[in-house]
Amino acid sequence: MTPTLRRPRSLVISVAVGALVVAVVVGVIAGTSGIAPGRVLYEVLDRLTPGRLRSGLNLRERNIVWELRMPRVVLAGMVGAMLSLAGASFQGVFRNPLVDPYLLGAAAGAGLGATVAIAYMKTLRNSWPVDPIVALGFAGAVLAVIATYFVGAAGGTRTSTSLVLAGVAVTSFATALQTYLQRQDDDTRREVFSWILGRLNTATWGDVRLVAPYIVFSSAILLLYRRQLDVLRVGEDEADALGARVASTRVWVVAAATLGTAAAVSVSGLISFVGIIVPHTVRLLGGSSYRRVLPLSLLVGAAFLILTDTFARTAAGGDNIPIGVVTAFFGAPFFIILMRTRSVVR
Amino acid sequence: MSRVDVSALTVRFGRRDAVSNFSASVAPGEWLCLIGPNGAGKSSILRSIVGLVESTGGIEVNGRSIRGLASRERARLVAYVPQSPVLPDDMTAFEYVLLGRNPFVGTFRSETKHDRSVVSGVLAQLDLDRFRDRYLATMSGGERQRLVIARALAQEAPVLLLDEPTTALDIGHQQQALDLVDGLRRRHGLTVISAMHDLTLAGLYSDRLALLHEGHLVSQGMAADVLRPETLAEFYNVSVKVHQEADGTVIVIPVRQLG
Repeated sequence: MTPTLRRPRSLVISVAVGALVVAVVVGVIAGTSGIAPGRVLYEVLDRLTPGRLRSGLNLRERNIVWELRMPRVVLAGMVGAMLSLAGASFQGVFRNPLVDPYLLGAAAGAGLGATVAIAYMKTLRNSWPVDPIVALGFAGAVLAVIATYFVGAAGGTRTSTSLVLAGVAVTSFATALQTYLQRQDDDTRREVFSWILGRLNTATWGDVRLVAPYIVFSSAILLLYRRQLDVLRVGEDEADALGARVASTRVWVVAAATLGTAAAVSVSGLISFVGIIVPHTVRLLGGSSYRRVLPLSLLVGAAFLILTDTFARTAAGGDNIPIGVVTAFFGAPFFIILMRTRSVVR
Repeated sequence: MSRVDVSALTVRFGRRDAVSNFSASVAPGEWLCLIGPNGAGKSSILRSIVGLVESTGGIEVNGRSIRGLASRERARLVAYVPQSPVLPDDMTAFEYVLLGRNPFVGTFRSETKHDRSVVSGVLAQLDLDRFRDRYLATMSGGERQRLVIARALAQEAPVLLLDEPTTALDIGHQQQALDLVDGLRRRHGLTVISAMHDLTLAGLYSDRLALLHEGHLVSQGMAADVLRPETLAEFYNVSVKVHQEADGTVIVIPVRQLG
């Protein structure tokens, strides 16, 4: 094995914070509307220090910066942070480096919920306080994981393996239902596919306000459990013998990661690979202790999704490439390289 | 110094009793070694003491039942070295031994300076301090075994349970590991309960042997009393010669059956 280099904690965190700042700046100044990047920066600084700088942007340009780009950058950051943090936490609690936040059926449940909303609730979109796709996507993800949790105990005891197997079963069932429902008509099929490939192009401050409490709460819980996840690295039995509260750690981590993932996918659709490649990348950067992996996953995950989303909305001119396509495009080759790197997959 | 009393301990897996009505008292600073063929119930006894398998019967440390204790409180009294410990490749020796301080650290807190100094002290005591920043994957079998014992010592528990601590080691490292435990219990007054397969080593290092067969305690006492050819033939289905040295050491030698 190639030992991971150990770098000072403060240096690694500083680099990650720097990467996030750079990603935010790039995300806000890059675009296809022809606004000069320097003026965008002036506009942001003007908002932060009112009256001292003048960007010279007109109302339309200011709206592009504040109502289109900014909520999209913030939402991408939150979703990327949440999926990466949830992925790292699931990997810790299941002691399996190849699991992702969708392991226990959150993605398939959200997909089914969103498909029901798309197929049957189009007329309700204006009358509901929340977009039914978001509401049912969230509910579907949470319900699927709850189902997994109960199915996982059907054999008498609930172990990590039984939960993973139950997740496979619930995922297959929800996906089968979703596939059946989306056969309704071409419009439904098109919209479901668009949702499955991820969507940040419709991001609004309303989306940000909607999911922020869940993501902040879930992230706080997961970060609190980072040392317990280190104890779990020696297996549940040994962790128990070392005095760890194994069962309650598993419940809290799974619940928090599920809640956060459900909130993220309800507004962003299914964005693949983020929850796997970011935690592994930060392990290469900062070592494998969860005390580093979790905060770094949060920072690097946010930066990664902001940058890939910026690529998605600018690379093809005005056309938005689905964000899930971009993360998979960069994520899949990375994952293959990772699989060939003994040290992290072991 | 702590006394361990196990009374009428029964461990049931489905319809089968893995351990049936096992009782033993281990005096402070004493080393009791459980012996017996595979499936005799040795590991189940150790695992039930540390709360990893369900059991009935009494388990007391210094006259106080440890059954109702939270795992954290129990881990302050009893340290456990499993048969096949999990040693994550990408964890450093220091990080690994620091896990032994878990019973003293709040769920959402970090280890204190004191915890780190205890770990540094244990690493120095076991001549492992030069490995503190090494990854476990880069360490030899003997070094890893000492680290597992170091982690148990970092728990500062008065009772140490060892499940087949030398199975994966060559004869030299077996001797080193057992000498280490023996020295530690003499210096710190640790009460040790171990399960072992090597009967000669079991008799050499422990004060008392308890022979188990199909979950039942069938014989206990000094090595010379338990390690008798006829007893071993009956319960291990083995043909052995037993030789006793002038200093009392009992040596068990298998006898070749064919040719």
